Amino acid sequence: MDFYDDGNMILKEIQTLEGHTDRVWSLAWNPATATSPVFASCSGDKTVRIWEQTPSTRLWHCKAVLEETHTRTVRSCAWSPSGKLLATASFDATTSIWENISGDFECVSTLEGHENEVKSVSWNASGSFLATCSRDKTVWIWEVMPGNEFECASVLQGHTQDVKMVKWHPTMDVLFSCSYDNTVKVWAEDGTGDWHCVQTLGESNNGHSSTVWALSFNAEGDRMVTCSDDLTLKIWETDVGRMVLGDDHAPWNHLCTLSGYHDRTIFSVHWSREGIIASGAADDGLRFFLENKDGLVDGPSYKLLLKREKAHNMDINSVQWGPGETRLLASTSDDGKIKIWELATLT
Amino acid sequence: MVSGLINANPVIYEKKERRVRSAPSVGDDEHAVEPIDQLEVFDHIRDIKDPEHPYSLEELKVITEDAIEVDDNHSYVRVTFTPTVEHCSMATVIGLCLRVKLMRSLPQRYKVDIRVAPGTHATESAVNKQLNDKERVAAALENPNLVDMVDECLAPSYA
Repeated sequence: MDFYDDGNMILKEIQTLEGHTDRVWSLAWNPATATSPVFASCSGDKTVRIWEQTPSTRLWHCKAVLEETHTRTVRSCAWSPSGKLLATASFDATTSIWENISGDFECVSTLEGHENEVKSVSWNASGSFLATCSRDKTVWIWEVMPGNEFECASVLQGHTQDVKMVKWHPTMDVLFSCSYDNTVKVWAEDGTGDWHCVQTLGESNNGHSSTVWALSFNAEGDRMVTCSDDLTLKIWETDVGRMVLGDDHAPWNHLCTLSGYHDRTIFSVHWSREGIIASGAADDGLRFFLENKDGLVDGPSYKLLLKREKAHNMDINSVQWGPGETRLLASTSDDGKIKIWELATLT
Repeated sequence: MVSGLINANPVIYEKKERRVRSAPSVGDDEHAVEPIDQLEVFDHIRDIKDPEHPYSLEELKVITEDAIEVDDNHSYVRVTFTPTVEHCSMATVIGLCLRVKLMRSLPQRYKVDIRVAPGTHATESAVNKQLNDKERVAAALENPNLVDMVDECLAPSYA
């Protein structure tokens, strides 16, 4: 029996979290707190909130509000792999690094350099690099030094418009960026400390025809999903064999395009460890996809597993799977709310 | 402006007569939700002042009632505006004013698309893309100079 048979899954709304006083742009689960989950959210209200689950009730509450540091919208946030540091990227052109010092979050470093709005921040798998991107069209790679020092290792130029998101590959030190210029760029180090664009995924190689807002990798790291203002999701694949041998330059190829599922801009996509792709869009809806392994005649394809219209009252800006065993998803919206969902199997 | 206006001599059109909405007849449920229509949306934006002239967008025919599409059932509005000149660098400011005014006037459930009329602007697709990228709009609305400019254009529309 197919575990994910259509109609076999149900999306339960667990909790709605209120507190932000403006649009909630993004959220990040702390990867080191799988047993008692913690996540951070950031907003147009210029604050970051830390949410923690109470073990007895299994409900989340706001544990801390990080404010009076960023002077404009906080657009994105990311935990270091150890879960000890939180990086926050703001329209105020800075990226702040926060450390949990005996229960209190303190801003221990501020990264300056971008000319204007910083839109996204991402840590590599080992926590030795941080990447940021901005409306100034550049991507910066920062080397994490002892004592909460961050040194700019490279300024990457190549995108012709704002860079919407940066994301490190889950296992290799290869960086991906997506942009208002409709492309995804792949950046790798050449062995001498210099970083270069090794591939551009654009409309000419089956890429997107409008702004690419987000991307996410599967657990193995050999597939990537991207989402766009062109109302499609695209799946890309690389040669896992070459990747295992440490070839940073293994090219990514278009595998398939999922279209017709959202009817306004798709802002966020996230691939769960067990292979379920969640997407959230400006049509206020959530969609879940899974690889269709029935007929491989025409090559791999993905099918819709479940959908939820009106998951929020306004645009959905971010969807993120939790790190724990239960299939928890958090979504953030323009309505100022965060919702926690559980994708459960009907028994 | 020392450098001169982008369109120094715009054509001014007469304002359309304001239609008075008929009061609901006796017996109607006064709490019934009245659907939002084209005229209501037009009323929200007709008095927005042009960024460089002391005239309203209606008087300059930048917007007309016919250029507004409303689908109340699907909570959707599309406003198509016509810049007075093809190279109008004020097009994005006008678009921003329209977006802000509708954001403040319509219920939250509404989705709004703003675009320039096809063939009326030299960089039509770039302007449209910018006006409909909410991240860029959000960033623009944190820029005090732009906000002042938008507020000045919106001031008469509250009258």
